[in-house]
Amino acid sequence: MSGNPGDPLLAVYDLCLERGGRELFRNLAFAVLPGQLLQVDGPNGAGKTSLLRILAGLSRYGFTGRVERSAPPLYLGHQPAVKALLTPRENLAWHVAGESAYDSRQIEDALAKVGLYGYEDVPSHALSAGQHRRVNLARLYLTARPLWLLDEPFTAIDRGGVADLEALLVAHVERGGAVVMTSHQLLQLDYRVQMLSLTEGLLA
Amino acid sequence: MSAAAQSPGAARFCLVLLRRQLTLAVRRPIEIGNPLLFFAMVVALFPLGLGPAPDQLAGFAPGILWIIALLSNLLTSDTVFRSDFEDGSLEQLLLAPQPLFLSVLAYIGAHWLLTGLLLALVSPLFALMLNLPTPALGTLVASLLLGTAVLSLVGGIGAALTVGLKRGGVLITLLILPFYMPVLIFGSAAVRNAALGIPATPYLAIIGAMLCLAVALAPLAIAAGLRISVDA
Repeated sequence: MSGNPGDPLLAVYDLCLERGGRELFRNLAFAVLPGQLLQVDGPNGAGKTSLLRILAGLSRYGFTGRVERSAPPLYLGHQPAVKALLTPRENLAWHVAGESAYDSRQIEDALAKVGLYGYEDVPSHALSAGQHRRVNLARLYLTARPLWLLDEPFTAIDRGGVADLEALLVAHVERGGAVVMTSHQLLQLDYRVQMLSLTEGLLA
Repeated sequence: MSAAAQSPGAARFCLVLLRRQLTLAVRRPIEIGNPLLFFAMVVALFPLGLGPAPDQLAGFAPGILWIIALLSNLLTSDTVFRSDFEDGSLEQLLLAPQPLFLSVLAYIGAHWLLTGLLLALVSPLFALMLNLPTPALGTLVASLLLGTAVLSLVGGIGAALTVGLKRGGVLITLLILPFYMPVLIFGSAAVRNAALGIPATPYLAIIGAMLCLAVALAPLAIAAGLRISVDA
């Protein structure tokens, strides 16, 4: 997927961030290798979202340190980036992330996998908040990018959806991808989830 | 994960964005109708305010038409990136592998098609309401076609800089109105000259030059403005 197997998909050196006069983290350094599933840990306001935005390349100023990416990551933020006036199919086919041109079959498959079979051509304003999140999560089934940065992916997702998503994350890292995610839930996975503490770095 | 899943090229992505923006607008027709309605209302008010003397109206018509076109553009320029900012689409656009310069041009292009182009096309109707001499109609349409494109591009800079603010309406006006002035001056002068039977092509050429400059530089400023707005 990336250059050499074993090369880090993402490497972070000496990352320091201050917001509003408060130091959120300091000298944070870690690397994300293929096959790693990383959960960023910390209370509200600890800087988890800020860290993910820095890793994605959305925040360019206001921090010191260096982030190296071997390939563009897939970033899913708090907002679902789903247009209420477009149908789920159009939302994915014309997605502004410009990742790839998917055919309608691929999109139908992805929507079916997130439990939106039959909703492909319903205007999205008729869908619930959780279904909007699911349209966004369907991108995970479509993407070919190895590194996923997920900010609270379980928000507004029902229990069955959470289990499906957990299975998808495991399948992705087992294929040689990597995931960095924030969540307040403890993951129930048959896979080693590494915790990343914003104060102490990677925990064993 | 096949290697076949390549990102679409920049040109193709621009067409996708254009189609997306136009579809969004068509599904909310009131947004397309608003600037036209504004144009019609204000044009209808001028004869009431200035007095219905046809000769007097004809003299003021170039300026009136151009000022209204400018204001209706100003009214809509705030909305170019707003909904995308609010639902998180803008973040995803900034992360897209395609050059932001061209993506931004697609957004502005869609905005121009829905405001400037439509305004220019219906403007002869309103010009006749103000008794503008018929030989000037062609120049009016041409100057509006070129001029509103400049306005959309410049307005996009203001929209990109203020999209992160809750109430950017007044600020965007202050920011971009000075840059609208040259377009207004040369646009209305072109129509006035045409109405008097003097060649208007030099003025149109100057607006065309402004458009070239705006196409080359405004997307850079818009892209930088969007990055700052999303970063903050």
